[in-house]
Amino acid sequence: MSPGVLQNLGIGDVAIAALLVFVNGAVSVLLKLDLERKLAWAAVRTVVQLLAIGYVLGWVFAFNRWYVVLPLMALMTLIAGFAGAQRGARTYGGQRADSIVSIWVSAWLVAAVGLFVVIRIRPWYEPQYAIPILGMILGNTLTGVSLGVERMMQELTARRDRVESALALGATRWEAAQASAREAVRAGMIPTLNQMAVVGVVSLPGMMTGQVLAGQSPLQAVRYQIVIMFLIACSSALGTVGAVLLAYRRLFSPEHRFLVARLVERKARG
Amino acid sequence: MLKHPHSPPPHANGAALVETHRIARRDVQRGQWLLHPADFALRAGERAVLTGPSGSGKSVFLRALALLDPLDGGAVRWHGEPVTRARIVHYRRHIAYLRQRPALLDGNVEDNLRYPYTLAAYRHEQFDAARTRALFDAAGRSSDFLTRNTAELSGGEAQIVALVRVLQLDPEALLLDEPTASLDPESARAVEALVTDWFEQARTARATVWVSHDPAQASRVGARHLTMRAGVLEEPAARAPFMEAAQ
Repeated sequence: MSPGVLQNLGIGDVAIAALLVFVNGAVSVLLKLDLERKLAWAAVRTVVQLLAIGYVLGWVFAFNRWYVVLPLMALMTLIAGFAGAQRGARTYGGQRADSIVSIWVSAWLVAAVGLFVVIRIRPWYEPQYAIPILGMILGNTLTGVSLGVERMMQELTARRDRVESALALGATRWEAAQASAREAVRAGMIPTLNQMAVVGVVSLPGMMTGQVLAGQSPLQAVRYQIVIMFLIACSSALGTVGAVLLAYRRLFSPEHRFLVARLVERKARG
Repeated sequence: MLKHPHSPPPHANGAALVETHRIARRDVQRGQWLLHPADFALRAGERAVLTGPSGSGKSVFLRALALLDPLDGGAVRWHGEPVTRARIVHYRRHIAYLRQRPALLDGNVEDNLRYPYTLAAYRHEQFDAARTRALFDAAGRSSDFLTRNTAELSGGEAQIVALVRVLQLDPEALLLDEPTASLDPESARAVEALVTDWFEQARTARATVWVSHDPAQASRVGARHLTMRAGVLEEPAARAPFMEAAQ
């Protein structure tokens, strides 16, 4: 294979790789993990979702109009916002809206910096850049947001006595909540920090790998990856802080009350 | 309005220390009253005691009085003035609520006593180590008590710390939510003694509301007797003070 030319994959080639799922199936059967159905479903979803997005992206890249690119990006953001509110044993009224708002604002702000200031794409909606970069930012931001808010609810439940004692002593709502909020933001930022610490040593990020496979020089690929890492770190920090503050505003009233009744157990889904 | 027939002279401006007008709490989901609209006035110099079956709403009432839970009606006045959003932190500083199970922070006893002074409401006050030592002396604790880790304290010791943490701040009124219910007799006596000493130091300006399920304690810590039944606050003492006290 000559450098700079990507080996094209046929459907048959993909099918060979897909057969590897039977290794997982064998493990599940041998160890009685009872995961066969889940595995089959996950495998089907992988194939169907990726094929679908391949066709969609192919069409969007070819059509290349802002009024198609922007709604697609908005849809991705909405889905990330929904996913960001699905974690943990508890929830509160408005968590989904808070998740969407915090992910939307942080990811779009940071993506704008990356696309317009750093990479300087032309035209401004160039989908080949805008969509994958927003996608990577969204994926990591939603992890931070969901971990952060989950931790916020855990901490407030575990520390309820202390929070109320602080309020009874005359603490403001922020003074009573800040220990929990701090833990929550830390929990949301840790995955990105871990990722940044091992990138290139333990993990080769997918985007970088992809660029190298596509014939890009490793040095260029690495520069892109550095930019992406910082965009991701910034957006997940902003998103986590935003989501934790929004949760705080829902769970503490301006009268400096802890509205513990708003924290409800998530209904188990069948 | 529930008013004791033998109320001590009212506060300088004529208003009660704390006065509630039809404060109520409802469980919206179940459509039940947790606290039926309650009128209550606590005047300086009063030691009120609230008894009633468990689950009857004693804590609900006391927490409502401390403005810790959102009210579903009614209002609380403090020295005759409504407690606005801006004054609520100030109010809680002076009308101090002590919970049944003390909640202390990690660290040692002194860290816990210093904690209130880190709050904006006390930015003009300073921790007084000599004073807290005197309070612990009165409760029969030695001077090295301040350096004890809170994780090692017994339930009784933890409650004494929580009480001293409040008393050092010179509140006007104490709202005590069964503070000795799960304590050993010795600690319970120490808590009662601390509260009594604090009250006697300025009995014309201070007041307590003590929730208790122990009739002997109730007669020790309160002169004014209130009851709670199924969310209804009543003051039987107004009708038959001696019979209620003897129960």
